[in-house]
Amino acid sequence: MSELLVLIDHGDDKPRKVSLQMLTAATKIAGQTGDTVAAVWLGPGAADNSDILGAHGAQKLYHWDSQDAYGYVTLPQVEALHQIITEGDVSAVLFSSTNHTKDVAARLGVRAGGGVITDASDLEVVDGRLLATKEIFGGDMITTAQVADGKLPIIGISANAFAAQESGGGPPEVVAVDVSLSDAATKVKVTGVEKQVSERPDIAEAAIVVAGGRGLGEEEGFKLMEELADQLGAGVGASRAATDAGWYPHRFQVGQTGRTISPSLYIGCGISGAIQHRAGMQTSQNIVPINKDAEAPIFQIADFGVVGNLYAVVPKLIEEIKSRKG
Amino acid sequence: MKIVVPVKRVPDTAGEKKLDPNDKTSDRESVEAVLNPMDEWSIETALQLKEAGKADEITVLCVGPESAQATVRKALSYGLDGAIQITDQAVAGSDALGIARVIAKALDGVDFDLLVFGNQSTDARTCLVPAAVAEHLALPALTYARYIEIDGDKVVVHREHEEGWDIVEGSLPAVVSVVEAINEPRYPSFKGIMAAKSKPLETKSLADIGVAADEVGLDNAAARIQDARPRPAREQGEIVEDDGSGSAATALADWLQKNKFI
Repeated sequence: MSELLVLIDHGDDKPRKVSLQMLTAATKIAGQTGDTVAAVWLGPGAADNSDILGAHGAQKLYHWDSQDAYGYVTLPQVEALHQIITEGDVSAVLFSSTNHTKDVAARLGVRAGGGVITDASDLEVVDGRLLATKEIFGGDMITTAQVADGKLPIIGISANAFAAQESGGGPPEVVAVDVSLSDAATKVKVTGVEKQVSERPDIAEAAIVVAGGRGLGEEEGFKLMEELADQLGAGVGASRAATDAGWYPHRFQVGQTGRTISPSLYIGCGISGAIQHRAGMQTSQNIVPINKDAEAPIFQIADFGVVGNLYAVVPKLIEEIKSRKG
Repeated sequence: MKIVVPVKRVPDTAGEKKLDPNDKTSDRESVEAVLNPMDEWSIETALQLKEAGKADEITVLCVGPESAQATVRKALSYGLDGAIQITDQAVAGSDALGIARVIAKALDGVDFDLLVFGNQSTDARTCLVPAAVAEHLALPALTYARYIEIDGDKVVVHREHEEGWDIVEGSLPAVVSVVEAINEPRYPSFKGIMAAKSKPLETKSLADIGVAADEVGLDNAAARIQDARPRPAREQGEIVEDDGSGSAATALADWLQKNKFI
């Protein structure tokens, strides 16, 4: 029986939400193809998480228990996956479509003779073939993409594309993997990590994102964004104008040159919604702008919008939310 | 040290973008094309390394149709030294890994120490090409750089991720990709624009770089789009106007509550 590999994205010794979402997607696919869903955990920490991975559909769990997995850039992960693929019978590989993991997919695609599709928002099996839905041109077009016959499909899944569901599965069969790294794989070493710990969810994984833009007028405005976000359990994003001005860090930039998000609810404050910004957020399920310019293009794609001064509306909104939560 | 900056010709984001109705590849002739905006950051990175005395030559490399020459000249206008353009009908429709293969082969026999990419193109946005080129060339890849420092053959990069960045260290020759946070790109000077017209530009075909036509192009793409449809237009919902007091917050809170966000 072939295996459908799911590369588990994890941090702080826990699988990220997208990993459980990918297992749910893989379980759906495997139900049609008869494949075994095999999770791959690179680095320490799998033992404490095998139950939750199994509960979301992992029947097998490959575990390479070594600090080397992420102690060097990209190649250890590529070599581990390539070894599993070479030694086994793998039908496809799913990975979380984040920047660092895209590098793994690119190298693996070249090395293993695969085809890579990034940022898939849905998967289906038609005539035994895996098809991926992928939005292009900043979400203006929806496409169906596939990998050529004879090539290994390596498919990146967008966060929040699937809702994680428990499959009712028990603990997976754990298979220890030992990888002897090539000299090349240890050439780029991770010598340090600068981590800005935040209690807020990452904007790609958050169900709600509050984003601030030029209309905030100053860096201080993001305190208000954070206050609103915290009332809603939301992440905080920023437009390019705001990150360029240095009001908020670049990695929170939503848009063409930043990140693409698809939360259930996006609240944009002081953001006009230029096409470059829309390219990063227009696949959100609900869009709510607060902007004093009634002509701002973002209102055209609004599910609910407020034309007004955000410094008047947002503080009142925070009070309203507080009182309704009781 | 010699630097190569690969650039891409992309449709202008503000223009209407289309797929060719027949083969579902990007219809690159239908809209105004520009230098990939992210390549401004890689060009700036290369220029700053040259100005700091770390590099002595910067070559731009572009795979694209004949009309991509305008993109190459635009890149040269920032003050780069020369260009290689790979133009061949057979490249059309290639996926990211196919393009990476062409770029890697085009660099065969080119003397360089550092390849600097923008981390993504604004049209396809796969981010796959820098790492795939590195794989073909068996080079280390230090990607998503928000900071770069080169000392002799040592290269240190701050590699951005969702929670901050990793500090990573490798050695030349290497592939680097950069994100916007790395610098503030300059504008081309009038002098640069004039000089770009006479900078050396070498144009090559696939045969010239040793790539067979059946290795690339749409028919040989490992990943391809088989069907495309426009996103259904969003219907505009209720828009309320605030009277200046912030009282519209009540209507918004009602909507949020109705939709179970509170």
